[in-house]
Order: sequence, then structure tokens, then C-alpha cells
Amino acid sequence: MIKHDNSSRELIAFRIGEQEFCVDIMSVREIRGWAPATVLPKSPPYVRGVINLRGAILPIVDLAARLGFQPPEPTVRHVIMVAQVGSQVVGLLVDAVSDILSVTDDAIKPTPDVASDMAKTFVRGVLAIEGRMISLIALDNVLPALEPIAA
Amino acid sequence: MSATILTVDDSRTMREMLKLALTQAGYRVIQAEDGVHGLEVLKGETPRVIVTDINMPRMDGFGFIEHVRADETYRGIPILVLTTESDAEKKDRARRAGATGWIVKPFDPAKLVDAIRRVSA
Amino acid sequence: MDAMAAVKQTFFQECEEQLAELETGLLAMERGEAESDTVNAVFRAVHSIKGGAGAFSLGDLVQFAHVFETTLDHVRNGALEPTADVMAVMLRAADLLADLVAAARDGHAVDSGRSEVLVAELTALSPGGADASAEEEDDMSDFSFTPVSVAFDFSDTPAVAGRSYTITFKPRPELYAKGNETALVLRELERLGQLETSCDASGLPQLAELDPEGAYLEWTMRLTTEKGEDAIREVFEFVEWDSSLTIQASDADGDADSGAGSTEDAFAALLRSIQADETSLPATTADIIPLPLAEEREAVAEIDAQPAKAVAARNGEGGANANAGAPQTIRADLERVDRLIDLVGELVINQAMLSQRVMEAGHVPGSAVALGLDELEHLTREIQDCVMAIRAQAVKSVFQRIPRLVREVAGMTGKQVRLITDGEGTEVDKTVIDRLNDPLTHMIRNAIDHGLEKPEVRVAAGKPAEGVVRLSAMHRSGRIVIEVADDGAGINRSRVKAIAAEKGLIAADAVLSDEEIDNLIFLPGFSTASEVSNISGRGVGMDVVKRSIQSLGGRLSITSRPGKGSTFTMSLPLTLAVLDGMVVTVADQTLVVPLTAIIETLQPKAADVHGLGGGARVIAIRDTFTPLIDVGRELGFRTTATDPLAAVAILVETEGGRRSALLVDTIQGQRQVVIKSLESNYRHVPGIAAATILGDGRVALIIDVDTVIANSQSDATILEPVLAAAG
Repeated sequence: MIKHDNSSRELIAFRIGEQEFCVDIMSVREIRGWAPATVLPKSPPYVRGVINLRGAILPIVDLAARLGFQPPEPTVRHVIMVAQVGSQVVGLLVDAVSDILSVTDDAIKPTPDVASDMAKTFVRGVLAIEGRMISLIALDNVLPALEPIAA
Repeated sequence: MSATILTVDDSRTMREMLKLALTQAGYRVIQAEDGVHGLEVLKGETPRVIVTDINMPRMDGFGFIEHVRADETYRGIPILVLTTESDAEKKDRARRAGATGWIVKPFDPAKLVDAIRRVSA
Repeated sequence: MDAMAAVKQTFFQECEEQLAELETGLLAMERGEAESDTVNAVFRAVHSIKGGAGAFSLGDLVQFAHVFETTLDHVRNGALEPTADVMAVMLRAADLLADLVAAARDGHAVDSGRSEVLVAELTALSPGGADASAEEEDDMSDFSFTPVSVAFDFSDTPAVAGRSYTITFKPRPELYAKGNETALVLRELERLGQLETSCDASGLPQLAELDPEGAYLEWTMRLTTEKGEDAIREVFEFVEWDSSLTIQASDADGDADSGAGSTEDAFAALLRSIQADETSLPATTADIIPLPLAEEREAVAEIDAQPAKAVAARNGEGGANANAGAPQTIRADLERVDRLIDLVGELVINQAMLSQRVMEAGHVPGSAVALGLDELEHLTREIQDCVMAIRAQAVKSVFQRIPRLVREVAGMTGKQVRLITDGEGTEVDKTVIDRLNDPLTHMIRNAIDHGLEKPEVRVAAGKPAEGVVRLSAMHRSGRIVIEVADDGAGINRSRVKAIAAEKGLIAADAVLSDEEIDNLIFLPGFSTASEVSNISGRGVGMDVVKRSIQSLGGRLSITSRPGKGSTFTMSLPLTLAVLDGMVVTVADQTLVVPLTAIIETLQPKAADVHGLGGGARVIAIRDTFTPLIDVGRELGFRTTATDPLAAVAILVETEGGRRSALLVDTIQGQRQVVIKSLESNYRHVPGIAAATILGDGRVALIIDVDTVIANSQSDATILEPVLAAAG
């Protein structure tokens, strides 16, 4: 799953509560401040709603809730990372963007075995940088699956 | 400056094929969809050679050739007729209408370019 | 080769258009409504397909198109009468041609037996029978012939081995009138080998008598070439008719005594003649120009009067056609049009946002700024209408596929069907056109399979053996309405009711109106194909059809008369890009209700609202009890019931004419909104049709009225019979 070569890549690191995560910078389109979203009926709790992104309807996923944390009450200090996920564009609500990391692939270590379901679904590996542990996450499954959600 | 060729054909496929073959041979190509359109295009352009189909709506190839030949400004332009049939009757009619020569479809790009060279100075 | 692949793609696209034109034309001919233009268009469609197929070496397609074209040509020139039998063969030939095109495109094969049968039938139609087919064989050989380009020798080799030919060439004036040039002929001959030329100018008159259109020179050439006589003939291919030409082979070593001058001299003479020709051209006057052509025609008439008459007749026709005022069109890349529509959508939103900000800034209506904004809004609307009109298409493109479907289903079910179409020029936005085909196919199939009776049943009932399916399109109150009507047996209501009761969809003793019974067929789970196809009821997958139409913001309803037939009516918005909506507030959320669904709004009074058990409520509107639907609760925006007395009820009508009242908190106003997809970045949300962006830049959801009502009825225990009894 993880290629062990020395090709370098850039990751964007962000904070949710006490934990740090990162995603490939290539999938991030832009970073915006939080704006109130229009609530969608009968949607899972981690879907905050939709906002207007220059004329397109952008769903906002509360990444904390999606990863199984206690969701925060969004404030103006929260940010939305606009990311490309497959053919769709999704807004990810996170506490703050902390860093841009340039790492080689061999710096990404396999996810430890203690992994929870959340980790299995989203975490693709971990990085140790200056004593911090940063989880690399994949965005493929952030949106609800296509089968109907129970109301 | 590369020489300009006007092609007149109602089939989009044929227009694209003609354009491809002629552009690759270094010609500038202008196109019309039938005889009436062809005459309109001629108001703003003086092509080196005209290549026209016969069977077209509004004004067919024969009518188009006759109009061109009756116009003082354009009557000297060589006109090649595209014909599916290689039979004498169609060629004969085209010739009588004032066509300079003909190309039998399906055409080979080399043959087309060759025919154009044969009639153009 | 990429470029060729692109042309091939164009070819198949064009085939689709031509096949559609072919079918339309053939059907007009079948009805006896064909004019000569129609027959010509039909012929041209097949001819074009053949031409393109030849270019891509699609042998099967070329061969069949050729036979088809030959038969059509007999109709065109009056040798073959387009009787019903003839047209039946032609229509089947058109179907086969469509299949051959599809086969060529997808790279699979068509059963050769089918084409053999049709080739035989088409050939049998041709007057002259065996002779005609023999001619065809001959003609067909042209198509297996691949033109070979002649290899010209571009090198200037002075000494050429091979044979020598003596050529005499005397152009007639016609040669020049057709744009041919002696100089070019000589240039081509030079490419073949070593050429010596002499020019006899003795026929040249005095300058004063020189006719600029005349031809006075005679050329004698000696060509030594390795290429054969055929190559020389080819050089003269375009000019031999308009000249006296002799080509004689002589010994390679023989000296050309007749060649009096050198090539250089000859060219000099030619150059002079051309210069003379050119300088005299501007002096030519109008009355002498047509002369050579007129002479030409006379000469032709002597040889063969028939084609000359044809030329004259067609000449007049050509003039008339040239003046025919066909609307001018351009072909535009759809992506550009879509981009334009998106941009205009942005403009509409922006304009709304600007208006809102200006009002918030304290400019009162009637102020100069506000008036300017009104003007801007007006212009924006107009631009939007114009841009939408660019993308509007006639439903013809969808209707054109129906006749074939009818023939196929009729064939499969053993029924006789006549299709009548009406209003195929009705225009709708391309977004709608693209999604009409599937529901329409279903409805037509259903009308024939389940609506029409077998011929013997019809005859026994005193009807003509041939059933009629009428397909029509029209604009009605800002929507497009498409009807599929049959003159079959109509819905067998007792049977439908029995099935519904049997499946537990209604109570066994339910009292239902005829209309309510008819609408049972749209219920999911009402029927499956195997159970219904052997009774005269309807219902194959109609719930599926209905859902797909609803997903487009459309409605589907049915009316039926026993013994007389049924009519399915589908109504759709004219576009899926914008809609007129009522902006409302529900539990602090801003929502949009499509205006087309709304009948009226009203303020509920305490006396009119009644509970109906299980939390369901109804409202009395003019002696009718209408279900009251709490939108906030239905969409999960609030958990407690809305107080109807502090709210507004919006009376809406859903398909089948059923009415419900939507309870919302307040009404903000009416507005045209740009429809934005939720699916492109998210997914379908139940109860929500789409989203839009309001003047404040925020997203508002557009309510899917039908779904909200349907869901509320499945939640609550409201039974139709109760309401029917109450009404």
C-alpha cells in the first residue's frame, strides 16, 4: 500500500483537537474560513450542510465527527480545507492548518496495530516529525456511502 | 502564404476528411455546406481551387458550378467535383456544367492533392 | 491517425442524424405526404452514409447502402411507385441500415441473412429486375476499387528510357471556360518524362479580332516516358472532352521531326497567350461571357436532348432554391453553450446579491440606484431567456426514435399499430431532452403491449384491426406536456382493484373513485411484468417510470375510458437549469417551493384544522379535507409539531390532481432561481430536488414536493378511501 521509495511529496498538516493529521497537498484546492452552512435534511451528523463555493454547491464534512471525535462548535477560527475527492469537491472542517510537510515516502510508517475502525477506514500511515505523530489520512471515504441512510 | 481551397459538401464527415487531407498537404481550407452557402463564402474569398460535392440540399453541385461560371469574378477558378459514381453520366453532367475535373469518392488523400495540383497554377 | 479517428466519430454522429432524417422522410412518404424535397433528402441521407462508409472501408455498410440507394433512386425518378408495400420494405431497410451503422461503429456483425433478404427484396422492387441487379453488380465493383495514387517522377532526369509518344492537342474554348489551362497540362506531362513541345500559332487571328475567350493554338508534343499511355491519358483526363487529342506511340529512338520549336519557345508563346488572356479579361463585357456556355448547351442538346433538359430544369430550380429563406444556423460546441448558461446563472445570482446589498445599504425603492438595479435585473432576465433559447431543442430528436420502437414492439406482440405524432417542433431545454427518451420508450412500449388489443380482439369489439398510438407534445403553462394515448381497451378497473387488494395495497372493501383506481398502477409493488402482461391491465414498471419523471420535477398521470383507451400524460419543466420558486422559511431554514406545484397560499384558521389520529392533520379548504404536511417535521428540521395558526399553508397539487397543504413558517417572496445540483459534489437528498444560491450568497434547498408528500403519507396512516369519503 505504501511505496517504499525515496520520492519526496508534500503533505498539508492540520489539527483536530489534540491530534494532528495530514493529507496529500495535491488533493487540497484551497483553504477558507468557516461560514455557516445550509443544513441538509436527513444527513449523517458529520455532514454539516452545504455552502456556496463560487456558484457550486459544496458539502461540508466535519472531519472531527467523521473520525469519531467529539465535534466542536465551529467558530470563525475554524477552517475549511477544500479538497478534491475523486470526481467531487468536498469541504473539510478542521480546527486549524498547522504545517506543510515535505517528506520522503520512507518516512511514512505503517499504521500501528492498535488501530480502531476509524483508523482502518481513514489512516494510511503515520509520520514522526520532531516528536509529533501525524496520521496520514485518505479522503476516499469521507462522504457518506451511496446506500440510503436511515432517517 | 498557402493557397486556399474551398470545399463544398453537405456531409460533415466529408468536410472533415477534405479539411484533414488538404490541411496536411499545406493548403488553407475554407468550407461551405451547400451551393448557396458556397456562393456566400465566395463573396469574401477567392480560393485557388474549389472542390464540390454534387448531391446537396438547397443548391446542388451542378447549380453551384453554373453560378460560379456565370460570375465574372470567379469563373476562372478551377472546380473539382466529388462524385461517388465513377460512371460517365455524372462526370459528363459535371463537365457540361463547367467542372474542371473530378475526384471519385472514396478518395485517396494523395489522389485528391494530385488532382488539385493538376488544375492549379 | 488520431485525426482520422475523430473524423470517423463525426461520421457516426452524422449517420445518426441522417438515419433520423431518413426515417422521418420515409414515414412522410408512407403517409403520402412526401414532396420531391423529401424524396431527395431521403436519397441524400442514404447516399451520404454510403459515401462516408466508403471512406472508412466499411464494406457491408457500403454494399447495403448502395442497393438501398439504387431502389430509392427509382422512386426519385418516378420509375417506382411508393406504395404501402414498397414503403414497408424501405422502412425495414432503414432499420437494417441503422443496425449496420451501429455494427460498424461497435465493431460487431449483423446477421448476413437479414441483409441478404432485404437486398433481394429491394432488388425485386427495382424496375427491370435481373438487368438492374446486373448493373448493380457492375457498379458495386467501383467500391471495392481503392484509388491508387500515380507515382510521379519529380526528378529532372534528362535521359529517359522508355517509349516515345507523339501527342497532338488542340484545346477548344470550352477548355478554358472550365478553368483548365494548357500550361498546367504541359507541366504535368513534363513530370512524366522528357518532353519536347511545339506550338502552332498559325490559327491566331489579328489582335483586333482576337476573342479573349477563344482558343487558337495547337500543340504537338513528343514525350519520352517509362509510364504507359494510361498515365498520359490521365493527364488529359479533365481536358480531352474539350480538345482534339491524339496520342501515338512511336519508337523510343525515333527523332521528333515534327517538333519545330523547343519547349522554351513553346512556353514563351504560351506565356504570351496567357498574358493576353489576362489583360483582356477586365475588358470582357457581360453579354459575351455566357456565350461559350450557351453554345455548349446547344451542342450538347444535339447529342443528347435528355440531360440538357434536365440541366435547364434544374437550373431554374436552383435559382428558386437559392432564394428560399432557410434560417441561418451555426453549429456551436455544446460545452461553450453550457459554460455560457452557467455564467448567466452566476450573473443572476450576483445581480440578486447586489440588489440585496443595495437595499441593505438603505437605498429606497424608486431611488436612482434602485431603478438602475431594476433595469439590470430586467436585462439579466432577458439575457438568461436568450441564452436558454440557444440550448432549446425540438422534441423531434426524441420522437424520431419512436417509429422504429413501435414497429419492433408491434412485431413482438403481434399487434397492428399506427403511430401518429404531433407537436414534434415543441422546444425544451437540452437538459430535459436528454432525459425524455427512457420514460417515453417505456410509455410507448406499455401502450402497445398493454393498451392495445390483438387485431382479432379489436375486430370482435367492432374496432379497426389496426390500433392507434398518438404521441403528442405541447407547451402548457410553462411546462412541456407529452401525451401517449392509445385507442385500446382502457384500464380493467375491477381487475386492477382486485390485484391491489390482493397485494395489500388497499383495503379489500375500500371505496375508490375511478381515478384513484387508475392511479393504483403507479404504486410500487402493484405489478410485475409477468403477472400483468396476460391481462388487459397496465402497469409494467410504471412506478419506475413515474419515479424517473418525478426526479426531473415532472408529473405523470393517467386517464382511461373503458373500451376507448388510455392516455398517459407527462408534464415536465421546460428546463432543468432555472425554476420559478416561492422562497419560504421553515425552522430558520430558507427553502424554495417550485411555483408550478403551487395553487394558492392561505392562513389556516383554528376551525379548519382537524386532527386525524397518529399525529396526522387535515385542513378544510372549501368543503374538502386536504392533508396538512408539516414541512419542518417532514424534513427533520424540528421535532415538535408546527402550530398551524402561526404558520402559512401552501396548497399544492401533485400528479393525478391530488392536493396537499404544506405548512411553512413564513413566505419571503417569489423569485426565479438557478438550479444547482447537489449530486455533483454530494448525493441525492430525499425530499430535496436540488439547491440554489440566494441573494445573500447562501445556499437554499429546493423542495421536492411530490416526495415530501409521498413520504408523509407513508409515515402517517392516511388512507385515500377515508379522504375520498370525506370529500
